[in-house]
Amino acid sequence: MTAVPIGWFLILGSLLFSIGALGVLIRRNVIIIFMSIELMLNAVNFVFVAFARQLHSLDGQVMVFFVMTVAAAEAAVGLAIIISVFRNRETVNADEFNLLRW
Amino acid sequence: MHEAITHTAVAVSYLWLIPALPALGVLVNLSLGALLGKGAVGFIAPGTVAGGFGVALYCLVQILQLPPGSALEQTLWPWISAGNLQVDIAFRVDALSAVMICVVTGVGFLIHIYSVGYMHDDPSYARYFIYLNLFTCAMLILVLADNLPLLFVGWEGVGLCSYLLIGFWFDKEANASAGKKAFVVNRVGDAGFLLGTFLLFWSLGVGTHSLSFQDIAAHAKSIPLDTVTLITLLLFVGATGKSAQLPLYVWLPDAMAGPTPVSALIHAATMVTAGVYMIARLNFLFVLAPATLTVVATIGALTALFAASIGLMQNDIKKVLAYSTVSQLGYMFLGVGVGAFSAGVFHLMTHAFFKGLLFLGSGSVIHGMHGEQDMRRMGGLRTYMPTTYRTFLIGTLAIAGVPGLAGFFSKDLILAHAFSSSPVLWLVGLCAAGMTAFYMFRLVFMTFWGECRADEHTKHHIHESPATMTVPLVLLAVLSIVGGYVGLPEMWAWGNRFDAFLAPVFAAAQGGEHHMEMGLEYALMAASVGVAVGGIALAYVLYVARPELPGQIADQAAGAYDLISNKYYVDELYDAVLVQPALKLSNLLWRVVDVGIVDGIVNGSARVVGASSSFWRRWQTGNVEHYAVSMLFGAVLILVFFAWHSS
Repeated sequence: MTAVPIGWFLILGSLLFSIGALGVLIRRNVIIIFMSIELMLNAVNFVFVAFARQLHSLDGQVMVFFVMTVAAAEAAVGLAIIISVFRNRETVNADEFNLLRW
Repeated sequence: MHEAITHTAVAVSYLWLIPALPALGVLVNLSLGALLGKGAVGFIAPGTVAGGFGVALYCLVQILQLPPGSALEQTLWPWISAGNLQVDIAFRVDALSAVMICVVTGVGFLIHIYSVGYMHDDPSYARYFIYLNLFTCAMLILVLADNLPLLFVGWEGVGLCSYLLIGFWFDKEANASAGKKAFVVNRVGDAGFLLGTFLLFWSLGVGTHSLSFQDIAAHAKSIPLDTVTLITLLLFVGATGKSAQLPLYVWLPDAMAGPTPVSALIHAATMVTAGVYMIARLNFLFVLAPATLTVVATIGALTALFAASIGLMQNDIKKVLAYSTVSQLGYMFLGVGVGAFSAGVFHLMTHAFFKGLLFLGSGSVIHGMHGEQDMRRMGGLRTYMPTTYRTFLIGTLAIAGVPGLAGFFSKDLILAHAFSSSPVLWLVGLCAAGMTAFYMFRLVFMTFWGECRADEHTKHHIHESPATMTVPLVLLAVLSIVGGYVGLPEMWAWGNRFDAFLAPVFAAAQGGEHHMEMGLEYALMAASVGVAVGGIALAYVLYVARPELPGQIADQAAGAYDLISNKYYVDELYDAVLVQPALKLSNLLWRVVDVGIVDGIVNGSARVVGASSSFWRRWQTGNVEHYAVSMLFGAVLILVFFAWHSS
């Protein structure tokens, strides 16, 4: 069985990352934006794992664990912030969070 | 013969106590004065000075027991260490310093005691004694210093205390501006002093220098004549400021705004003599510059005459004494200027006694008259204040040069030396001596003799001062009599012990010793006594026997009278030539340079920043997507940049 070439993994990773980035940019719901960020992180994880396999090195996989840990912490803090914002402003629309401006 | 004298120095460990004790008084009264109350403050302040006097006397005894030319030394710690300048905090007591510390602490102690009585009802009692102790400390540093920079520290310290004490009652505008005037005029002199010190260090040549007096003495001969003359002239400018000589004397008469014991201590007995002390201390430098010495002697003689003539017509009892002080300081400079350094210092010492006494006596009069200072509203006080009158009379006889009292011996010594240097200087000094006798007895007659001219209310309350004030008067009166007997003319009894004691200090100055013929010396003495008696007699005629005469004379010579009673319009001249232009220039600098240019640049740059900010701040939309887009844009740019470079 021949291995799938690394190029396919990179294309899939780029696609996932672009979808995530696009989601962050064009969606208005903060929770969706949040999920899109997770998607971007997981696209990066996917590329890490692909390179680890290609290069026969565990470094990439170790890095994935770090990213997952940080993502978990970020999710906890981020959701807490969103809940707190929602309690104050009764909305999760990012366009309305524009108090910090000129 | 003086070359044989060895200059040995004995290292001791107690010299620091002399200035430290008054400094301790400052600290205690500053931190605890309000808690302790008047009794304790009035005990601590004179007590610390008395302690200093004790150590000073011990030093004097030590110096007397050691071989001539010896000195006590104490080096405390290195102070300035920069390149080839290595200055220590170091004290040194030789014969000259020993005399000075004894005069400063001794007379200072008596004046502290007097102040306890004089300032008793003042609300700022503790502040007064803090300043007074601080002054004593600074003055002692000045006379104990072993090097020129440390002397300058004391020099500035006494100047500061003088300013603080002249403006002691600063709630009156006139007093505050009198203090300011003294400070500013002294700055002019101090600039000269500093320039002289810099030039001296610069011209001492290669090698490390401590600027100690031995260091300067060792290298002084290698300095070119022109430079030495310039250095000594600049230092003398400092002396004219501090010691109130022409043309910088104008601050001293105004300084009488301070409390009277302050006038006695600072503006008669000690601080104003610092210039004389400095020249005596640097005698080895000044004798290398004969031109400077001529200037010193001439300025001294002219000041003696000029100030005495103003003193003839003053009506404020303290102003008479102030001009008298300027005049007597002129005598001291005349003395050191003709090379008679020990005679100048001798007059410094006796003057501290009798002028201190006269100021304290006038303070007693002012105290008894409830603040009245105008002699035209005094008179007849000898019956009300017998102790003040008697002691004041002794001081007056001493300053007038009546034989047997301190002033006679010291003034006569200076005049004798002046005669052998230049008969013109002697004549000027003699005229000033006659005027001195006249204006001092005019003061006595107007204040203590005749009918009392005060109003009934004041007259009713005139009283003799308390014992804390009269005891110092009596002690100073005794000193004004016996103080002269350490320096008798050479041909009498034990001769001039004072001169012999100081001779090693002035060894460099006594190259050409000249002994006067005895007949000539008696003739000069007779002339001095003659003008003194003449002055006294004239004062008696004008102010006791024929009191209507002064008014008639004033009418006869109205021009001269106006000129002198307005102090030759010197203050007005300085105001027009120096003060007003300086004010106008300051005004110009303020309105045009400061407000227009400096503030314009500062405010202009702020305005530019503000204007550009109001444009750029629009970029902060507060919208999260906008930030995310710019982040992505930036990330893509970085990626493109690296892709471009790696290919």
